[in-house]
Amino acid sequence: MAAKIAYADVEVGTELPAQTFQVTRATLVQYAGASGDFNPIHWNEKFAVEVGLPDVIAHGMFTMAEAVRVVTDWVGDPGAVAEYGVRFTKPVVVPNDDEGATIEVSGKVAAKLDDNTVRVDLLATSAGQKVLGMSRALVRLA
Amino acid sequence: MALDQSFVGRSYPPTDPYEVGREKIREFAEAVGDTNPAYTDPDAAKALGYPDVIAPPTFVFSITFKAAGDVVRDPQLGLDYSRVVHGDQRFAYTRPVRAGDRLTVTSTIEAVKSMAGNDILDVRGEVHDETGEHVVTAWTKLVARAAEEA
Repeated sequence: MAAKIAYADVEVGTELPAQTFQVTRATLVQYAGASGDFNPIHWNEKFAVEVGLPDVIAHGMFTMAEAVRVVTDWVGDPGAVAEYGVRFTKPVVVPNDDEGATIEVSGKVAAKLDDNTVRVDLLATSAGQKVLGMSRALVRLA
Repeated sequence: MALDQSFVGRSYPPTDPYEVGREKIREFAEAVGDTNPAYTDPDAAKALGYPDVIAPPTFVFSITFKAAGDVVRDPQLGLDYSRVVHGDQRFAYTRPVRAGDRLTVTSTIEAVKSMAGNDILDVRGEVHDETGEHVVTAWTKLVARAAEEA
């Protein structure tokens, strides 16, 4: 454990550096392979539409993995994350073009807790819609 | 179809061990575009105090979800797996997953509910290493959407 952010240096309201993540169909195919989640709603437009989706959507777990990077890039040591949870509120729709979709993630310190731990609340949006709800991490700082 | 409430509290036997490999962690980190050296460079991980490269926080889901899949496909439970979507996901870590770990998952059904025709299932997966030490707990909420009226 070697967090590079000190507990004493953050306050409730401290903002973490925001990040933007791009996701294309190629990203989803790569994530499917790495994660073992080959659900066709993440790569087969015909199938996605048949089950009532607007288009292919990103894996919820892909979005969850990207969102926590705002925390792990800030704190340096990914092992400083003690808890992390999200609710999947809206899908990230990924069109079949070179641009794909973008996921914008911001975060701020929402509470200072015991044992040098802070709660970070994350906000993740795509195409102007919130895609994760109750997105929170407990992080042990130095 | 309402799910059988008697499944609440039911635990399933631990899975066979999953051996975490450095290259699998690298593959996952690359797939999410995460260049944190703790995931790929053993020296960088050691500088942070870990014996080997560690995995990104959500890596373990691949392992716990496979275990949960065996639970939700239990024919006695009666969940329509083809209609399942992921509702919530949460992890609580004792330590990060790392290369060399041999991880087992013990799944427990925490709750079974029906709301507005949707079946909702909460599964907890306790992940332990080969020495029996706790590594991480994963809570997964699965929602089987109500079938459309024929």
